[in-house]
Amino acid sequence: MEVGGQGVVKKFMYVNRKAPHGTIYALESLEVVLIGAAFEQDVSLAFIDDGVYQLVKGQDTQALGVKNFSPTFRALEDYDVNKLYATREAMEARGLTADDFLVPVQVVSEGELAEIMETQDVILSF
Amino acid sequence: MLHTINKSPFGHTTLEVCLKHAKRGSAVLLIEDGVYAATRGTAVSQWLQDAFARVSIYALKPDVEARGMQDRLMDGIKLVDYGGFVDLVVEHSAVQSWL
Repeated sequence: MEVGGQGVVKKFMYVNRKAPHGTIYALESLEVVLIGAAFEQDVSLAFIDDGVYQLVKGQDTQALGVKNFSPTFRALEDYDVNKLYATREAMEARGLTADDFLVPVQVVSEGELAEIMETQDVILSF
Repeated sequence: MLHTINKSPFGHTTLEVCLKHAKRGSAVLLIEDGVYAATRGTAVSQWLQDAFARVSIYALKPDVEARGMQDRLMDGIKLVDYGGFVDLVVEHSAVQSWL
């Protein structure tokens, strides 16, 4: 990336494959996405495996006593982060449909996601 | 015996192995990411469906709610709060915390 001149825009993909509250990965990923968004890169998010659980509506962490960061996914579009992908295979295995999610996502097959991954400059895995 | 499971059934064999080692009449408490196993219509729902006849299956309500799974639980899952967790520990001779 050039300094002070016209910055190079790279394609960044964040790959999320952990459920939201059992580990810190999901929250950390979201923090990095928001920080990275300030650098005006071409950002996409992929949700595979248990990562699709991060997007589920109706998360209520009050009794658990941890931060409910799931509403933050709704703010991503304010940061021009609009490319969210979830794999059909991960959703079906977990009995989830796009209607169960907090935000609109593009539902793709694992094969289609592989193609999209292939076009990235940087992939960060959480 | 009370067995506790804190791992998602997808990508971990914890629940599967636990169910093979749980004797008839024992209790299995799903906590943390383990609660996903208690939901309907998944690739692993049948595991618990088959287990209901032998063991009692509980899920920790705060963990269920935190993950938005409160409306997706299978019939037959018993919800407990933290007090209920303590009661289960007291009622059983030993606790096996599967990791």
